[in-house]
Order: sequence, then structure tokens, then C-alpha cells
Amino acid sequence: MNLRAYLSLFAARFKMLLQYRAAAIAGFGTQLFWGLIRVMILEAFFRNGAATAQPMSLAETITYVWLGQAFFVMIPYSSNPDPEIRNMMRSGSVAYEMARPLDLWGLWYARAIAARSAPVLLRALPMFAVAVPFFGMALPPSGASALAWAVAMVGALLLVSAFSTLLTVSLLWTVSGDGIARLAPSLVLIASGMIVPIPLFPDWAQPILAALPFGGMADAPFRLYMGHLPPEAAPLIVAKQLLWTAAFALAGRALLARGVRRLVVQGG
Amino acid sequence: MPQITVENLVKTYRVAERPEGTFAAVRGFVRPVYRTVTALGGISFTLERGELVGYIGPNGAGKSTTVKVLSGILVPDSGRCEVSGRVPWRERIAHVARIGVVFGQRSQLWWDLPVADSFDLLRDIYAVPAADYARAREELVAALDIAPLLTVPVRQLSLGQRMRCELAASLLHTPDILFLDEPTIGLDAVSKLAVRDFVRRLNRERGVTVILTTHDMDDIEALCTRVMVIANGRILSDGSLDALRARVTTERWLLIDLADADEAVSDPEAEVIAREGARVTLRFDPTRTATAALIGRVTAAHGVRDLLVQDPPIEEIIARLYGAEKVASG
Repeated sequence: MNLRAYLSLFAARFKMLLQYRAAAIAGFGTQLFWGLIRVMILEAFFRNGAATAQPMSLAETITYVWLGQAFFVMIPYSSNPDPEIRNMMRSGSVAYEMARPLDLWGLWYARAIAARSAPVLLRALPMFAVAVPFFGMALPPSGASALAWAVAMVGALLLVSAFSTLLTVSLLWTVSGDGIARLAPSLVLIASGMIVPIPLFPDWAQPILAALPFGGMADAPFRLYMGHLPPEAAPLIVAKQLLWTAAFALAGRALLARGVRRLVVQGG
Repeated sequence: MPQITVENLVKTYRVAERPEGTFAAVRGFVRPVYRTVTALGGISFTLERGELVGYIGPNGAGKSTTVKVLSGILVPDSGRCEVSGRVPWRERIAHVARIGVVFGQRSQLWWDLPVADSFDLLRDIYAVPAADYARAREELVAALDIAPLLTVPVRQLSLGQRMRCELAASLLHTPDILFLDEPTIGLDAVSKLAVRDFVRRLNRERGVTVILTTHDMDDIEALCTRVMVIANGRILSDGSLDALRARVTTERWLLIDLADADEAVSDPEAEVIAREGARVTLRFDPTRTATAALIGRVTAAHGVRDLLVQDPPIEEIIARLYGAEKVASG
């Protein structure tokens, strides 16, 4: 995979998003609205359950929620993981993807990275600009925490993209792909901490969630940001992210190699 | 040595049978029934560098399957296929770097972006050096007359405009071989002419080998010296248009314009096959009756204002070839 091709895909994706100004503004508005609702709900919980000490303070939880809102578009949350490639498969344009002198899994991985990261620029920056001064979002306590968070966010991007590429490849086996594409986001949303921060899950759930790869998509980087996890925890978190990324990549490649052999290009 | 060699290529698909009726549909859901469809039943041909070959056949005959195998997209069940010394599906990446493909019914351009952005993206995907890219792009833009379209988002282009941009997009990396899968489908007359003219020049001036699949016989007549006809996964005919005609039928048509539109026309050696106002089309076999003799008889018997002798249109020839194939195989 040549790097220029990836950068070019990213640039094209970003330009495309800029074409839809209304969608960007509406998306930002929606996330702001949901963020406020989530903050209010968690605040109510904290007020009523304050008798016992929580593993995460209200202030930390609020910051966690806003980080989740800022990076919401990075998580494969919508009804399908990669609408672009899915549409190509349905229409048969996927033939063009295979007529390119690039490793197909690499091309799709690059497309996934571009699709997951380009919108973040449009969503995260305004979210910080609004939530930090007005809605109780804190900045990282130290430079080390900020650095650890930044590195772990890159790891999260690679992980999320490898996961969504695996989902995309699975579409080669189904025509519509709605089944997996609808199931997976629910699992990811819950297990990555996007609904309820992972530290607030019951104790029995903690080992399960720790064993799953999804915490590395949102929860772990967010906690590094807040200093809820010390910066020294970053190497292990990143290593776990990369390990899961490699696992998803290997599975995706193996599945794709099999899928390509039995490929039927739709329509003529 | 031929640039493209295909030998005994076989490709089958497994399709789920969906019988009619609710009960049958439920049964199909519980235990799906599959049927094997033979898209290519052992086809063979070779192509020399610089050829421009028309590839025609009814829908579902195996044209697109052949193109997809040749362009490394589909893996055949069996048979041999080499393009420029490479097996397309085994060395897909090296192979596709040297070919261009246009699928007429799909788009390779980024729907939401101006055409120029898609071109730049393709430059990076094919890793075309900047100088080569600038030259290729400039030539293609001039030849296809798409300069004003470069800044327009693809979704706002007409089909004819888009197809010209698709052609340019498939040639930015200056491939040696171009596969065109129905490039004129749905185009208006002017756009068709532009596409044909461009393909002809590309082949003549650049020596690019072109395989063209189409349903438009005018494309074939305008462009191709060699035509391969495929039906039911088998190649029925491979050769020049004239040879194809000679194989299917020797008949010729005599078209006459009568002075008196109501006059009845008949001849012992010819058959009237069409009549539109004063224009009568007679079909005859020149091996049985000399053309000059027939014209002599007809002009003596009727008041003829104008006349024309021609071969049956290529559509007619192809339709008969398909018809004969159906009888033979069905």
C-alpha cells in the first residue's frame, strides 16, 4: 500500500465531507444534544447513588461523555460499517476496486481509516471548542496524559478500522449485509464505553470487558486523557490495541482471500 | 507471441433457485436449492498487440465474465489465460497496473467530488510519476474534450459527459490494454460518436489493444476489424465482419423506390421482406440469381425511381446466429 494513495483517499474523503456542510452542522448539533442528555442522566445517577464511592467521579464522567461525543464518528456506530464499500458490492462497482494495483485488504483498510478519521476533524474540534468552556469538559491534567491519549487515539483509529474492514469483508458472504452490520455496532457501542463508561459497569462485567478488544476503541484512550489511567499505562494499552488490530487484520485478510475466489460480481 | 491467450476457459456460478409460491419459498429458505450456471464453457482465443476486437453476444452470454477474468477480477474454474505473460488472477496487482478497464454500467469516479479530484486519486493509486501524469491527463482532456467538466462534481454530469470522463480515468496510467464493457450503453448519438472516435484513435495512434463488448452493432461496424460472437458461454464465430456475414448467410438485399407506391412487386428469385410506402426491400441469394439480372427484371417490370443493393444489417446476421445457436443447443 503506497502512502500517497492513502493520503489521497483521506483528502478526497475530507473534501467530500466538506461538500455537505448542512450534514456536518446537523451532525454536530445532534451530538451536542445527546451529549447534554447523557450528562444530565449521569448527573442524576450520581446524585442518587452518591452514598457509595464511584470508581469514576462525576467531573471525570462528564469529560468522558464529551470525549465520546467528540469521537463518536470514529466508532462504527451506524447501521453499517462502511457504506461506501457496501454500496460498491451491491452495485457491482467493487469490480473497479479489484482492478486497481493495490492490495485489496490494504485499500479497504485505507478507505476505512479515511472514513473513520476525516469526519473526526469536523466533529471533534468544534466539540472541544464548545464543551470545554461551557459544558464542564476538562483538559488533560498533564502533558504526559495528553501525549498518552494522542498515541492511544491513533491506536484506537487503527483498531476500529481493522474491525470495520473485517465487517466489510464479511459482506462478501451476504448480499445486503444488514444483519452483521446492525448487530456489531450495538456490541461495540456498549463494550467500548460509549453508552456507559466502562469503569461504571458492575464488577462481574469488568473481566469480560477487559478481555474484549472494544475498550481500546474509546474507553482506554479517554481514561488516559483524564488521567483516570496514568500515562505509564499507555504502552500496555497501545500494545493491546495493536495486538487486536493485527488479529482483525489477519482474520480480514484470510476471509478476503477466500471471498475473492468465490466472488460473484453482481449484475452483468 | 500473442498478447492475450485464452484456452479452454471455464467459469461456472452457483445460483440459488427461488421457485415461485409461498410454500416453495419457505422450503427454499430451509433448504436452499442451488443450480450451476455455466458462464463460460471452455472458450479459447488469442489476441495480438494492437488489435481492436469486438466481443458481442446476448445478455448473459459470458461477455462480462470474460472481461472480468481477463482483468483479474474473477478466478475461473479451469483453463489457461495469460495477458502479457501474466496470469491475471495470480499476479493481479502487477497485471492491473498495465490494463485499463471501463465498465459502462458502473462508475469509478468519486460521485460527490469534481472529476479532477478522482483523476488525482487515480494518479496516486496507480503511482503515476508527476510528469507522465501531467502529459497523459492533458492529452486525454484534449482528446475527449472534457476540460470544462473537470471542476464539476460527478453527480452533476450527464451520462455522455461522465462516460468521456470514465474513459479518461481508465487511461491516466497509459495502459497497454483497454477493456471496454459496454461503454456506449445508454449514450445519445453524439456521445456514442465521440466515444467511438476516441477509441479508434487510441487504437490506431497509440497501438493500445482494445476489447470492446457491446450490444450496439454500429460500434462494431465503426470500429472493429475482428468480431467474436459468444452465446451460452461458447464462441460461435471469430473473424472479420465479412467472414461472419458469409458464414451466416450469402443473401443480399435489393431496396427499390417505386414511382407508384401502390404497385405490387414480385419476382420468382427474390422475396419481398419489407414494404414502407414506396420503398420495397427484396431479399435474394446472389449465388442463385445474378444481381444484375434481378435488377434488370425488376426495373423492366416496375417503375423504379431509385435502387440500392446492400448486405443485410449486422443486427440481422447476429440475430440469426443466436437463433441458430438456440436451435442447436436447445
